[in-house]
Amino acid sequence: MKPATRVRVLIVLAFFLLLEALCRTDVINNMTMIPPSQMLVALWKMAWSGRLWKEFVSSIRNVAMSFFLAVLFGTLSGALLHQMPRVRRVFDPLLASYYSVPFFALYPLFVVIFGLNDWPLILLGLVFSIVAVIVSTLNGIDRIPRVLLRTSRSFRMKRSSTLTLIILPAIVPQLFTGMKLALAYSFIGVLAGEFILASTGIGHGISFAYDSFDNETMYGLIAFTLILVTLMNMGLLSLERYFLKGRSR
Amino acid sequence: MSIAQDTHACLRAVTKVFPAQPGMEPVEAVGPIELDIRRGEFFAIVGPSGCGKSTLLDILAGLTAPTAGEVFFEGKLIQNEVPDGVGVVFQEDASFPWLTVWNNVAFGLRRKGIERAEVEHSVNHALQFMGLTAFAGAHPAQLSGGMRQRVCIARTLVLKPRMILLDEPFGALDQQTRLLMGDELLRLWRSTGATVVLITHAIDEACMLADRVGIMTARPGRFADVLATEWTPDRDSRVVSHERFGKLTGHVWSILREESLRAIGHTQLVGQGGSL
Repeated sequence: MKPATRVRVLIVLAFFLLLEALCRTDVINNMTMIPPSQMLVALWKMAWSGRLWKEFVSSIRNVAMSFFLAVLFGTLSGALLHQMPRVRRVFDPLLASYYSVPFFALYPLFVVIFGLNDWPLILLGLVFSIVAVIVSTLNGIDRIPRVLLRTSRSFRMKRSSTLTLIILPAIVPQLFTGMKLALAYSFIGVLAGEFILASTGIGHGISFAYDSFDNETMYGLIAFTLILVTLMNMGLLSLERYFLKGRSR
Repeated sequence: MSIAQDTHACLRAVTKVFPAQPGMEPVEAVGPIELDIRRGEFFAIVGPSGCGKSTLLDILAGLTAPTAGEVFFEGKLIQNEVPDGVGVVFQEDASFPWLTVWNNVAFGLRRKGIERAEVEHSVNHALQFMGLTAFAGAHPAQLSGGMRQRVCIARTLVLKPRMILLDEPFGALDQQTRLLMGDELLRLWRSTGATVVLITHAIDEACMLADRVGIMTARPGRFADVLATEWTPDRDSRVVSHERFGKLTGHVWSILREESLRAIGHTQLVGQGGSL
């Protein structure tokens, strides 16, 4: 472990130990927060009873769908938009100001249109994450050095092989940036949607437990969410390291 | 249209005009230019900055179509496509950062669908020739600028081009590395027998390396003079200490000085004994 990593882990551990101590000594009221160790116990109980699995599957399915659609259509529309400079000039300011729109306000509308099923949730995650992918794809293609495209012409490459052998590998760093954002935004979108209006999922579980003063379940699920997101980000990060091995200047 | 027997590539009445940008006049970049490059010769092109040297190379490579005139390679008209048998090395770092040195060099060969064993043999040979064998598994990011340029040269070299076009390939390198790279270029030229066209802004580089030096005028670029250096084919960078080297560079500079002054707008000062 690198010294920086060790210090980072220590800081996180120290934070939880402090929290544990504050909760145990009643500095933090147990009605407000339960000690982290009890969160883990609650999490363990939920896992054992099968409840956690049910909530997890319901949420992760929607997150995965939203993430997948965002990456697929985000990359495609980014590439397409890059091919059409005039259209892009129209859209650029909209893309830049996109995240100032509070999408969650649209959620009831999605429910009206698509009904009370998974699609409003997926869509909420999607509208939240797709633009991050579009923007990073555009950014990636913009940054390809012109000389690489000239090289592809000097190799007498066709458009299709230029796309797969030059452009795609060249924008991998920016694609990963987009993917990391898309994962986080899909999570936020789906879980927030579940908070507002859903009958299953982690977000709904937290919200329901909150309403019924069920601190154990609520904090257990919050802890689970944190662990889950951390693990997924670590997975994506090691995937990125693998793909970008040796590339950083 | 007559093309001499020993002509490898030629330009006939070539001009290039870039269309006007908003608020600007159209730019006459080069021409009209007549040029014959002989088979197997080392031809250097020097000129003041902005005279259209690189545009000329793009036209010769088939990367840019001329506004008027024709370009021939091995007797065939070049039409907006890099002809088979022409290799181009660019000024900027064109190595692929996502591939190892070995895979960078193998890139063109693999695309041609050449047998694996042969690819391996050619790549290893090219790496050895360019002194890159120890770095075969490295990524370009781990190499210096000079090494990356070698990777690009090796990548072009393995395809066995009959004409190699180099656009200021050593422009970003320091003087000593440039002299050594020049020696390698001569070695490469001798061992491959390819025609080499080198664009450079360095007068000494042109006079030291080339059989003939084409001196371009300020924009629109034309050839003010084409100078034969008369070096023997087995020359290397040590010719810089030769008496004739001084005369050659002196002659090139006497032409280029006027053109360079013109290029930066000092038309009235030309020939006034340096009364700047």
